[in-house]
Amino acid sequence: MSNSFLIILGIITPLFAALFSYVCRYNNNLRDSFGIIGGLITFVISLKIFHGIQNNEVYQITFFTIFDGVDFAFKVSALGSIFSLVASSLWILASIYTIGYMRGAGEKNQTRFVIFYSIAIHAALAIAWSGNLLVLFIFYEILTFSTFPLVGHKQNAESQSAGRLYLSILVGTSLIFFLPAIFWIWLKTGTLDFQDGGILMNKFPAEHLSFLIAMLVFGIGKAAIMPIHRWLPAAMVAPTPVSALLHAVAVVKAGVFSFLVVVVYIVGPDFLLQTKSSDWLVWLACFTIMASSIIAITKDDLKARLAYSTISQLSYIILGAALASSLALKGASFHIITHALGKITLFFCAGAIYVTAHIKKVSDLKGMGYKLPLIFFAYTLGALSIIGVPPFIGSWSKFYLIMGSIEREFIIVAIILGISSLLNIYYLLQPVVIGFTQNSKKEIKLIKAPLTVWPPLITGLGCLVFFFYANYFLNNISGVIVN
Amino acid sequence: MFDIFLDDAPALVVVLPLLISAIIAFMPSKIWPWIISIITLLLHLFLSLHLLKEISVSGLIIYEFGNWEPPWGISFKIDGVNIGLQLLFSIFVLVSTFYSRKIFLNEIDYRDSGKAYSLWLLAVGSLNGIILTNDIFNLFVFLEISALASISLIALGAGQNRKALLAAFNYLIIGAIGATFYVIGVGFAYAMTGTLNMNDLVIQLAQYSDGQLAIFAGMSFMLIGLMVKAAIFPVHIWLPPAYSYAPSAVSTLLAALATKTILYFFVRLLYEVFIIYPSYLSLFLDFVLYPLSLLAIFIGTVIAIYQDDIKKLLAFSSIAQIGYITLAFSLKDHSGVASGFVHVFNHALIKGGLFMAVGYFAILYKDRVTLNSLKGFGYKYPITSFALLICGLSLIGLPLTNGFISKLYLFQALYTNQMYFSIALVAVSSALAVVYFWKIVEQMWFSEIKFKSEKEDAYIYLPIWIVTISIIVFGIYSTPIIEFSNLSADYLISGYQN
Repeated sequence: MSNSFLIILGIITPLFAALFSYVCRYNNNLRDSFGIIGGLITFVISLKIFHGIQNNEVYQITFFTIFDGVDFAFKVSALGSIFSLVASSLWILASIYTIGYMRGAGEKNQTRFVIFYSIAIHAALAIAWSGNLLVLFIFYEILTFSTFPLVGHKQNAESQSAGRLYLSILVGTSLIFFLPAIFWIWLKTGTLDFQDGGILMNKFPAEHLSFLIAMLVFGIGKAAIMPIHRWLPAAMVAPTPVSALLHAVAVVKAGVFSFLVVVVYIVGPDFLLQTKSSDWLVWLACFTIMASSIIAITKDDLKARLAYSTISQLSYIILGAALASSLALKGASFHIITHALGKITLFFCAGAIYVTAHIKKVSDLKGMGYKLPLIFFAYTLGALSIIGVPPFIGSWSKFYLIMGSIEREFIIVAIILGISSLLNIYYLLQPVVIGFTQNSKKEIKLIKAPLTVWPPLITGLGCLVFFFYANYFLNNISGVIVN
Repeated sequence: MFDIFLDDAPALVVVLPLLISAIIAFMPSKIWPWIISIITLLLHLFLSLHLLKEISVSGLIIYEFGNWEPPWGISFKIDGVNIGLQLLFSIFVLVSTFYSRKIFLNEIDYRDSGKAYSLWLLAVGSLNGIILTNDIFNLFVFLEISALASISLIALGAGQNRKALLAAFNYLIIGAIGATFYVIGVGFAYAMTGTLNMNDLVIQLAQYSDGQLAIFAGMSFMLIGLMVKAAIFPVHIWLPPAYSYAPSAVSTLLAALATKTILYFFVRLLYEVFIIYPSYLSLFLDFVLYPLSLLAIFIGTVIAIYQDDIKKLLAFSSIAQIGYITLAFSLKDHSGVASGFVHVFNHALIKGGLFMAVGYFAILYKDRVTLNSLKGFGYKYPITSFALLICGLSLIGLPLTNGFISKLYLFQALYTNQMYFSIALVAVSSALAVVYFWKIVEQMWFSEIKFKSEKEDAYIYLPIWIVTISIIVFGIYSTPIIEFSNLSADYLISGYQN
C-alpha cells in the first residue's frame, strides 16, 4: 500500500463510518458497530504511519492548488503522527463506551449522534495530517461545525444556548484572529507549508512576532486559554461520550496541537527563542493553570470540574510551546498523549457514574465507592496520572515541562507547576475520598451498563502500563525538536 | 449570413432583449414568454462568447451606432474591464431565467407572465447597456429603463404582499432623485466640455487642468447619483424593502446583478474619467467612499443580525457586501481594484444562490420566510437546504468556497495599503456574519420540529445547484475570476499610474 493512499484511506474511513451508520440507521447494533470498525481501521493506519515516521518515511499527498503557494495537501509530521494515534486509538474505546452510554441513558437521535461523532474524528485526523496551515484551518472549522450538533444534542434551552456560545466563540475567534494571522504569514512568506524549523525566520519582522503569537493563541480558541475558555465548560451539556473523546481529546487537543504545530513548524522554536516573543504567553498560561485549578475546586458538578481541569491541563501544553525550549516542547508534545489518556478515563468514569447511578455532583458520591468499585478504581488511576504521580504516564510530561522551565530559567514557572499538582490532588481525588469515606443515607438504584465500565478500566490501566513504554512515544517526539 | 449579425454583436446583446421584450409583452400564454426568453438569452450568451473571442484577439471594440463617429454618435466600448462582467451577466441571467419560471407561476397570476418576462428582458437589456455604454448620457437612459423595469417587477410582488407597492414606490422616488443628481452632473459636464462620450470627455476635461468649480460640482453630482443607484451606505435605504418584497425571481436578478453593473460603471467613471483630477479623486475616495464603506460593512452586518425576515436579512447583508466592494475600489491601486472585481463576481454568485434558495422556500412555505418558518426545513427539503448552507458558508468566507478567495484578495489589498484597522473590521464583520447565518442554520436543522423529506422540484433546485457548484469550483479553481479581475484592474489602473 503506497504511503499517499494510506493517508487518503485514514481520512475517509471515518466518513465511510458515518455514511454506513446512516445507511444502517434502522439496525441499532449494526449502526453502532461502524464506529468500532472505523476506529480499528484508522488505528491500524495511524500505527503504521507512526512507525513509518520513526523510520523516516514520508507520507504526503497533494490534491490541488487553492491559491499561490498554498496547496490542498496532506503531509504527516512527527507531531501529527502522535495526535492521530491518540485520536484513533481512543475512538475505538469511545465507540464501545458510546453504545453503553447512549443506550443506558436513553438518549434520542442516536443516529445523528453517531454520524457527527465520526465526522468529528475525520476532521481531527485531517488536522493531524494536514500539510499546511490553511488545510489545518479548513478542518479546524469542520471540526467546530461537526461538533455543534453534538453539543446541542439534547435540544433543550440549555443545550441550545450552550451550542450557540460554543460556536460563536470558536468560529468567531478563528475568523477574527486565526484567519487574518494565516493571511499575514502568507503575505510575508508566500507559503503556509509546515517545515522543520519554521518558515518565518528572516522573513517575518521580529518586533511583530509577539503580536502574531497573540493572534494565533487567541485565534485557536480550541486551545481554551483564558479568557477564551468559556466554551469548554458550556460544552459539557453534551452527552458524556462527547465530553470524553471530543472535549478531552479530539477538539481540545486539535486546538493545542494546532498551536504546537504553528510554533514548531511555522514560527520555529529557534526564532521564538531568539526574539523571546512568547515569554508573555508563559505567564498567561501560568495564570490559566492556576485560575482554572482554583475554579475547578469550587465546582460541585463532576463534569464541570473536569472541564476546568482540562482548561488547566491544556495550558500546560501552551506553556510548553511558549517556553519553546527543546525539553519544554518535548513535554508539551508528550502531554497531548498523557493528558488524553488520563482525562478520557476520568470522563468515562463520570459518565459511567451518571448512567449507572444518575449522579452528577461530587457531593452526592457518598459511599458510591463501595457500590461501583471498578469505576472508582479506574477513576483513581486516571486521576493519579493527571496529577503526575509515578509510575503513571502523566509524570513524564510534567517532568519534562518542569525541566523545560528550569532550562529557560523560569524558576517561578516550575514552582507554579508544583503548586498546580497539589491543587490537582485536591480536586481530582476529592470524589474518590468522598466515595470511600462517607456513607450515604439514600438508597440508590443502580442500572447495569457494563460497556461503560470496561473502556475506562482499559485506559486507566494504560496510564499505568505506558509509563514503562514512554520511550516508544518519545522516539517520535524527539523528531519534533530540531533545535 | 450570420456574420452580419456577429459584427453587430455589441449592439445586439442590448437590443435583442429589448426587442423581444416588446414582442412578448402581450402574450397571454403561460409558457411561451418563458421559452422565448430562454432562447433570447441563449443567443445573448452566444453573442457574449463571441465578444469574448473578439476581445481576446483585438483587446478593444468600439461599436459606433449608425456609424456616427464618436464623440457625436453614441458608442459602446468593450475592453478588458467589462468583458468579464459581460460574461458573468450573460450566464447568470440565463440561469436565473431558467429558475424563474416555476417561481413566477407561484407568485404572480399566470396571465401576467407575458408582462413579467417582458419587464424581465427589459431589465436585462438595459442593465447590459450599463455594462457596455461609453456615453454618460446614454448611461442615464439605461439607468432609467432598468429602474423602471425593476420597479414594475418589484411591484408584481403585490400579489403576495401589498408592501411590495410601497417598496416599489420608495425605489421609484429615491431612484428618481439619484437619477436626477446624475443627470444634473452630466449637464454640468456637457456645459463645460460639449461632449458626452467618455473617451472624449477625458480629453476635453484636460483643458481645465487646474480644475474648475463647475467641473467638480458636476462630478460630485454624478457620483452621488450613482451612489444612490448602487445602494452605497447611507443612501441604500431603498434596497432592503425592494429586494425583500419583490417576487423571489426578481430579487435574485436584482441582488446578483443590478447593483453590480452600476458599481462597475461607478468605478469606471472614477478611474477612467475623473482620474485626470487626482487630488479630487483621492479626496473623494479617502474621505467619502472609504469611511462610508467601513460604515456599510459594520452597520449592514449588525442590522442583518437583528432581522427576522430572511429576505431582508440577505438584503442587509448585501449592503455590507457592497461595502466590501467599495472599500476595495477606494484603495487606488491595482490590488484594490482587482480585489473589488473579484468580489463583484463572487458576491453575485453567492447572493444569487442565497436568494434563489430562499425564494424557493418562500414558495414552499406559501408565506414570507421568517426565521421561525424555516424550522425543520433542513430535513424537509434537504437538497435546497444543503445548497443554502454552502452559499452561506461562502458568504462567511470559509476556505474552499469562492467567498474565501474574495476575502483573501481583499486582505491582501488592505495589507499592502497598510490599512490594519480595515482588516480588523472586515475580520470582525465576517465573524458577525456567522451569527446571522447560523441563526438560519439552527432553525433549519436543529429545532425541535422534524419532518420527513419531501419531493423538491428539479426545475428549481437544478439552477440553484449550478450556482452552488460554481461557488465551490471557483473556490478551488479561482484562476478565471482572478484573471478577469486582474485584467479589469490592469485597464483601469494603467490610467491612474500615468
